[in-house]
Amino acid sequence: MSNLLGLRRLVIGMSVHRPVRRLSTMSPPFSPILSVQPTRALVDEKLKVVVENLPPGSPVTLHSLHHSEDEDYWEAYGHYVSDFRGIVSVAEDLSFGGTYTGKEDMGLLWSMRPVPGSRKGLRLRKMNICSPLLFNISVYSGHVTEGFREETPLTSALIERWYMAPGVKRIDIRERGVRGTLFIPPGPGPFPGLLDMWGGGGGLIEYRSALLASHGYVSLAMDYFRSQELESAELEFKYFETAFNIIKEHPQVNPDRVGIFGLSLGSLVTMHVAAESTIVKPRCCICVSGSHFYPHDRTLKEVIMEPMTNSHRVRVDENNHHIWRDLWKELLSDPSKKVDVGKINCPILLVNGQDDQNAPADECAEDIAHLMNAAGNGHLLTRVLYPDTGHLIEPPYSPHCRASNFRVAAVAEKTVTLLWGGQTKPHSDAQEDSWKKILSFLQQNLYSSTSPRAKL
Amino acid sequence: MDMKQSIVKLLVQPSRGLVDEKFIVLVQKARPGFQLTVHALHKCEIGHSWEAFGHYISNAIGTVNVSEDPSLGGTYSGVEQMGLLWSLRPVPGSKPGLRLRKTNVQTPMEVTISVYQGHQTEGFMDQVPLASALVERWYMAPGVRRIPITEDGLTATLFLPPGPGPFPGLLDLWGGEGKLLEYRAALLASYGIASLGLDYLTPKITMETGKLMDTQYFETAYRVLEQHPQVLSSRIGMLGLSLGASMTLKMAVYSQVIKLKCAVCISGSHVQPIDGSLQQFLNFCRKNAGKRCINKDNEMIIRGLLLPIPTDPTLKVDVGQLKCPLLLVLGDDDQNWPAQESALDMKQMMERAGNSHLLTVLLYPNAGHLIEPPYTPHLRASPFNSVQADEEVMALWGGEMVAHSRAQEDAWRKTLDFLRENLFSGTNPAKQLKRHQLIDPVENLEGWMCKKHDKLLELFCEKNQVCVCVF
Repeated sequence: MSNLLGLRRLVIGMSVHRPVRRLSTMSPPFSPILSVQPTRALVDEKLKVVVENLPPGSPVTLHSLHHSEDEDYWEAYGHYVSDFRGIVSVAEDLSFGGTYTGKEDMGLLWSMRPVPGSRKGLRLRKMNICSPLLFNISVYSGHVTEGFREETPLTSALIERWYMAPGVKRIDIRERGVRGTLFIPPGPGPFPGLLDMWGGGGGLIEYRSALLASHGYVSLAMDYFRSQELESAELEFKYFETAFNIIKEHPQVNPDRVGIFGLSLGSLVTMHVAAESTIVKPRCCICVSGSHFYPHDRTLKEVIMEPMTNSHRVRVDENNHHIWRDLWKELLSDPSKKVDVGKINCPILLVNGQDDQNAPADECAEDIAHLMNAAGNGHLLTRVLYPDTGHLIEPPYSPHCRASNFRVAAVAEKTVTLLWGGQTKPHSDAQEDSWKKILSFLQQNLYSSTSPRAKL
Repeated sequence: MDMKQSIVKLLVQPSRGLVDEKFIVLVQKARPGFQLTVHALHKCEIGHSWEAFGHYISNAIGTVNVSEDPSLGGTYSGVEQMGLLWSLRPVPGSKPGLRLRKTNVQTPMEVTISVYQGHQTEGFMDQVPLASALVERWYMAPGVRRIPITEDGLTATLFLPPGPGPFPGLLDLWGGEGKLLEYRAALLASYGIASLGLDYLTPKITMETGKLMDTQYFETAYRVLEQHPQVLSSRIGMLGLSLGASMTLKMAVYSQVIKLKCAVCISGSHVQPIDGSLQQFLNFCRKNAGKRCINKDNEMIIRGLLLPIPTDPTLKVDVGQLKCPLLLVLGDDDQNWPAQESALDMKQMMERAGNSHLLTVLLYPNAGHLIEPPYTPHLRASPFNSVQADEEVMALWGGEMVAHSRAQEDAWRKTLDFLRENLFSGTNPAKQLKRHQLIDPVENLEGWMCKKHDKLLELFCEKNQVCVCVF
């Protein structure tokens, strides 16, 4: 468009969407400055990663490295190009390649995977939560895809990610037959409480409880696979009630505000206790990746053992990974094999993934809704279902695990590789979103002074 | 009020931070329009308790946000995001003149933040708070390595940043009390600078021989940095406070060995016998002791020692010969050292010599002598035991708490910027290109440029089909 003088303004500018060709090679005296904030954070806090003082338009790789407690190496990386100021900001810029692409402020954590050559079927879990997870964040020149350990980065930083906030107390619990760890937030209290249960892998897994305590909940992580000592289902049920009461009776806990949180097999326990217990009255329940099939006359261990011993009935995928989701589908139509969810009288949040290959969580959630509506307590139910998300819906930014080695606690016989499901990016989004919803649900039901019947 | 029905929530973020990082203190779920006191408590390494508090009123949804809401009273008032730290003071009953300094930098400073009902001013320890949280404040970022240096008679500690390096280096010096204080060096290493905290007044060798160290000692320390495989030998700076600043200026100008990329002098003066040793400087101070004076509170004002600024050139460092950028940080209420008069004189010397473009002066109103990293509680006076002094005196440092705290925060940021500019950038084309918008590489760039004015042409004549210069 010309002006009066017949002159047209030239537009010389950079097209934002075309990658810029590097105008110079990276050489001294450039000292790129990497800043990662915060350097010490809780595992569910966001990171801000910025690199400055780079040559403009220069390709760099941002890399994260973690050496796990099991001695494996995990890594993630993104390919970036610095802008005209010589800056890369992970929160604002696009990754053009690597273990994640696009604008992903936390991609350097959730897209981590074992380095090439690692053992198979690994899962990243922190067992000692009194120390942080350490990550090395580095900047490499150019777009690198392998051999990171053999190359010297331009600069790097070390960050700590904690499950425990400062001041959270950790107490071993060995009483009345219950084995677990109690986490107490700092401060006088009284606090709401949570009984926290993981799945069939057993053991004493503390990290989620530690994190929940860091958010203000007295949390008891329970090891409920008691190996040979436990004989009957009835005795087993009593231990859950006892564990709940241990929390309720704690001097720093508000006895009217104790909930139950379960994942996988733990969800099963949660629903069963909420429905059947005459002693225990949870204020609210959270069930992640759970089903509602309860063996009224068998122990939990027997339940989990069944597919292990009858493995010929188990479907496998192309990698020979076990798919367990179909195993209990026939139970859906048999009311005697299910938890009587119509008897639950507290708010309950179900969190599931549509690509759960371990449990038929999707169908179960549907059936639970159907049963609760029929019983007249459907208003207590909140369901969230995430697309392309698998079974292991963990606290945010932990690497997605699509399949891993699984061994039932105290059963030395067999290890199988179970397919959990999920695609990394949607699963990671689900972990981030579900955690927010979980914290909000807990806040609403355990902290708020409004009616406990309120839905999320 | 039934506590069980309404549980106040307190959130402090980050719960683990570096000492110069800001935090957000958020109180939630209180009753609306409720009077609350937000309180900070810290027990220092030698067992003294320090506290700070602000009085607030929760808003319509029962929230108090310390970063946004005004404190109506307490140890600080107004909207003060970090008031809970910089206004910390010894609890009632403590002995006077306490100074808060961390000696072990490998552990964090722990502060308990609590919320109390009502507007309280005392007796916090006898009450149960509504909520509390623990916060860690670190001088060392994760991955910073602490390396004691004892070779060649040095008493020093080197802090290396994480990563492969190489890193720019820095010599870090404190003042007339001596001892090896590591915290500032540890913090600078957390920002990518390999920092050597040096004890130059009371190193082991002086304690054993009774002899004060001199120029050679500083040069040895410099060499340790220069020769370190992870340090960029051409990018070493020096930072000193008080007497440390005097040493910094002396080395910057007169040492044949020490080649500084830049220097930072906090609350310093260039006045000293330039041909003399450190011992002679202390003798010079002792000789002029009569110029000190005592105020009505029995506090000693030492600044007169070096005044008036001498005209005799042998009594002050010839900053006209300085070849590297110099940053002076000082307060106009410095009662300990004549930093302001010295800064003025230094500026005049450099203007006469033609190197004043190297000088930057940051003069803070109502700030005192002890300009420390941010959020360190301000200290107006404290017992001071300078090396070789006859007696301990209650030295007046000066400064008013709020202004001094602002000065610390601003000075630190500017000091980091100055160090980054001089130790990291060097010849950085990126900086020149900041004004230049990046374009796709084009052929025949000459056709787009005016040959006379050497600028990109912006207008195109449709009629004549040619670019037009309008410069």
